[in-house]
Amino acid sequence: MAKKQTVSFTLNGTQVDVVVEPRELLIHSLREKLQHTGPHIGCETSHCGACTVDIDGMSVKSCTVLTVQCQDAEVLTIEGFEQGGELHALQEGFTQEHGLQCGYCTPGMITRAYRLLKENPSPSEEEIRYWMAGNLCRCTGYQNIVKAVQYAANKLSSASA
Amino acid sequence: MIPREFDYHAPQSIPDALGLLAQFGDEAKLLAGGHSLLPMMKLRLAEPGHLIDLGRIRELQGIREDGDTLRIGAMTTENQLIWSQLLQDKCPLLVEGARLISDPQVRYKGTIGGDISHGDPANDHPALMLALGASYVLQSASGERVVSADDFFVGMYDTLLQPDEIMTEIRIPAPAQGTGYCYAKLKRKVGDFATAAAAVTLRMQGETVQEVAIALTNVGACALRAREAEDALRGKTLDDAALAEAARLAMSICDPVEDQRGDVEYKTAMAGEMTRRALSTANSRATH
Repeated sequence: MAKKQTVSFTLNGTQVDVVVEPRELLIHSLREKLQHTGPHIGCETSHCGACTVDIDGMSVKSCTVLTVQCQDAEVLTIEGFEQGGELHALQEGFTQEHGLQCGYCTPGMITRAYRLLKENPSPSEEEIRYWMAGNLCRCTGYQNIVKAVQYAANKLSSASA
Repeated sequence: MIPREFDYHAPQSIPDALGLLAQFGDEAKLLAGGHSLLPMMKLRLAEPGHLIDLGRIRELQGIREDGDTLRIGAMTTENQLIWSQLLQDKCPLLVEGARLISDPQVRYKGTIGGDISHGDPANDHPALMLALGASYVLQSASGERVVSADDFFVGMYDTLLQPDEIMTEIRIPAPAQGTGYCYAKLKRKVGDFATAAAAVTLRMQGETVQEVAIALTNVGACALRAREAEDALRGKTLDDAALAEAARLAMSICDPVEDQRGDVEYKTAMAGEMTRRALSTANSRATH
């Protein structure tokens, strides 16, 4: 049996160590060992985006990354968005624009949209749809998800103006 | 959906990675972006005993210009290709192709070298490389060799890359200014492989085709170069009759596998249509 190893990385600003077999997927470490159940398991085949987390400035499907690949990485999950009791602009946007129904895809949606807005702070509707295409929602028809991202983009840009 | 047990190695340099390959031989697999290999391992279609992660080798990443050659590290990601101003200026076909690969999350991880060396006929870079006249640097403990994209693809999941070799770099002769280009890809939805796709580079002299390269994705055991179609176009005007003849000749080399994306006849017809569209768009972008 492959030897277990300790992997250390930063999770939402906090240093964590987790002991894993090399074959363990990041989504399983997050959910089962680190009690971060915000990222969801949807398809587990890198299609749906429900397990999206941010690793070193990249949106990544955590069902298709090994935990051992994350040594020294900076990982952000939905649990890291709220700060001091204040919702992140994206969380507020998804609430205000009703960007969800069942909510299963929402943590992945918000985490992906976060990186999108970092790279492109004022995306057009077309750009939002293109750069959010790795996240599936089976409820909303995406209309309100686009509005939620636009809401956050407006709020973040007026805050920084 | 958990892979079989394996040992994980994360070398920091190419010599270290080559040493591990030499040590573990056929039991080892190289991990690039992991978005083909890890799914195969989760399905137990691949069961390597040792996984050698190339992700920490910095010298395998980056895009630079060396005279008339664009040199791209094999571990450069699709997203890095998309955002490269150098490629946008010198080789926009590669940017257009990368934008059509899978979805944003996959493009943060997926690499050009992984896409090419996997040997999957559904991958997009092989046809792009054929249309661009690219070559690949393959390195082993005994040295390096450079092979042309035209020779590299042998069959389904079968390439010239040997088990003791690592693809380190992709070299692309920068297309001449004014070269028309297009990657026309038909896919059912975001994230799907091509039903059929065509990559074209085109140089025009007035209304006459001076030079053209056409390559097809996912309609054969590997990416196909449509040489008869190219030969038929050189020296001709790109009118409807010439486009139709090029499409017909491209279709004549197709040998797709029937699957949920369509039957053989449909896929072949779509390869013809993608050829026609790619040529038309390339023509509209070329300097005349």
